[in-house]
Amino acid sequence: MKHRLPSTVSEPAPVRWTLIGIALAFVIITLVLPLALVLSQALAGGVREFWGALAEPDAQAALRLTLTAAAIAVPANLVFGVCAAWSIAKFEFKGKQLLLTLIDLPFAVSPVISGLIYVLLFGLQGWFGPWLAAHDIKIIFAVPGIVLATVFVTFPFIARELIPVMQEQGTDEEEAAATLGAGGWQTFVRVTLPNIKWALLYGVVLCNARAMGEFGAVSVVSGHIRGMTNTLPLHVEILYNEYNAVAAFSVASLLMLLAIVTLVLKTWIEGRAHRQVGAPVMETVR
Amino acid sequence: MPFKQLLAGFALTLALTAHADVTLLNVSYDPTREFYQDFNAAFARHWQATAGEAVKVNQSHGGSGKQARAVIDGLEADVVTLALAYDIDAIASASQQLPADWQTRLPDNSTPYTSTIVFLVRKGNPLAIKDWDDLVRKDVSVVSPNPKTSGGARWNYLAAWAYARETTGSEDGAKAFVANLFRNVAVLDTGARGATTTFVERGIGDVLIAWENEAYLATAGKAGAEFEIVTPSISILAEPPVAVVSKVAAKHGTGQAAQAYLEYLYSEEGQTLAAEHFFRPRDATVAAKFAGRFTDTRLVTVDEAFGGWAKAQAEHFADGALFDQIFAPQ
Repeated sequence: MKHRLPSTVSEPAPVRWTLIGIALAFVIITLVLPLALVLSQALAGGVREFWGALAEPDAQAALRLTLTAAAIAVPANLVFGVCAAWSIAKFEFKGKQLLLTLIDLPFAVSPVISGLIYVLLFGLQGWFGPWLAAHDIKIIFAVPGIVLATVFVTFPFIARELIPVMQEQGTDEEEAAATLGAGGWQTFVRVTLPNIKWALLYGVVLCNARAMGEFGAVSVVSGHIRGMTNTLPLHVEILYNEYNAVAAFSVASLLMLLAIVTLVLKTWIEGRAHRQVGAPVMETVR
Repeated sequence: MPFKQLLAGFALTLALTAHADVTLLNVSYDPTREFYQDFNAAFARHWQATAGEAVKVNQSHGGSGKQARAVIDGLEADVVTLALAYDIDAIASASQQLPADWQTRLPDNSTPYTSTIVFLVRKGNPLAIKDWDDLVRKDVSVVSPNPKTSGGARWNYLAAWAYARETTGSEDGAKAFVANLFRNVAVLDTGARGATTTFVERGIGDVLIAWENEAYLATAGKAGAEFEIVTPSISILAEPPVAVVSKVAAKHGTGQAAQAYLEYLYSEEGQTLAAEHFFRPRDATVAAKFAGRFTDTRLVTVDEAFGGWAKAQAEHFADGALFDQIFAPQ
């Protein structure tokens, strides 16, 4: 109360330091400490045990499945995301608002529901179940179901990144290209793509991180068959439930590594985008 | 993301198909993980020696009710080894994947090993918990899984009911007792393993009502010295049954191996492995060998005390039945 600064912009020093302190303490307690704990638990049994847990066949199978799911989900959503963003940003059509809302749907529903819809569709008691069983096609409790669930939950990431950028840029440059005689594909590759490059990359990074980390939806359709339909996050849970804390945290640290790579990439992309395009404000999804 | 990594993932997935003449999928419940890991290896040796085929058994574990649901929804289990007969009945009636009389296809009600319900308490038993009576004390906090989702929890509930009916002499007395007991439950997990983790790793509660084998497993680990097992004066004979899911096995052409797999549970090696993993063996000679391991107590069966699982399920666990009445919003 003694020193009240005249400026309305700056808060008194104690307030500032308290605020910074609270924010910092929060970040340390909720983010840094748990991450450090994961690593220390992973290495609690020594480096050899750490590598042993990662080299174990079931962990390897989980890693392969996670990479496979991401390798399908990310390109699929890349294509979809560009198409959706393109149509929303560049065209006027009926139902545009509806499409926008639908893109957000996977963010709005709980991942458990995202998994259950596939059980209701493709499960043996579901709509297509009997037909699929008769033709010996496995979707849920097999790799296709896991891929489908992953695609569903990561659906909005790329489209949501692109839409604001493309909307902001408008259609002027594309129209100019068209008047100069460029075809549709030429316009896209030469004009649109360079403009959205960084936003696209940013979306891909986020999409990939979520694809590899998804738990809920995948858990519902997985069937939890060890070495076959367990992804990395599911494998972590199984190991933890088997009192195998060291292995669980070793595998978890693999996922953590992915998170850190994602963060570094994200920061790098933001920096590049800032320099090249001149500060396009990226909308952060979630 | 590095493309090479993604491509490598693809290539490896293609190369994933392991070599085995027969592959079985055993869909099981939570506390059998460690047992089947050992048993599958033993059976693989046995089958190689007798039938000359390499067999690989894949495992899926989870809450018993959830696992039954997954099989109904199309998880292609060649065999199911679940926590209670009702869950396999549910598969038979909802999906007709196996005959309704499945339980008569193998000896001992298709239950090669049994277990019971015991209490796990903290080192030195500071609250002096001896029997079911102590669980309704005001100063005792209990951990149990949810009878709605967990097979093990239904055994917990019925064991408490059987005890209370005997001591109070009436169904009403039992109902009041079990209601008091569940009022003392601090955390109601969905599965047996989750409840154990809550009690052991997170340190919540004074007593865990658990499968005997689950309790032994918790005390066997390095944290084991912090816990003690208390066997109540009356408990229930928990019979986790096994069955070949005949339609799936026929489709996979694995019927013979699946049947042999379950029959091998009754062999001396299978029974010994079960006992080593703290399941009570059926075989008398194996049981005699492990006699010191399991505390003798009075065990009632679901058939004699509750008129079978179908009746127990309808009276106690169906929607709006006794458990719902007891556990009404408080």
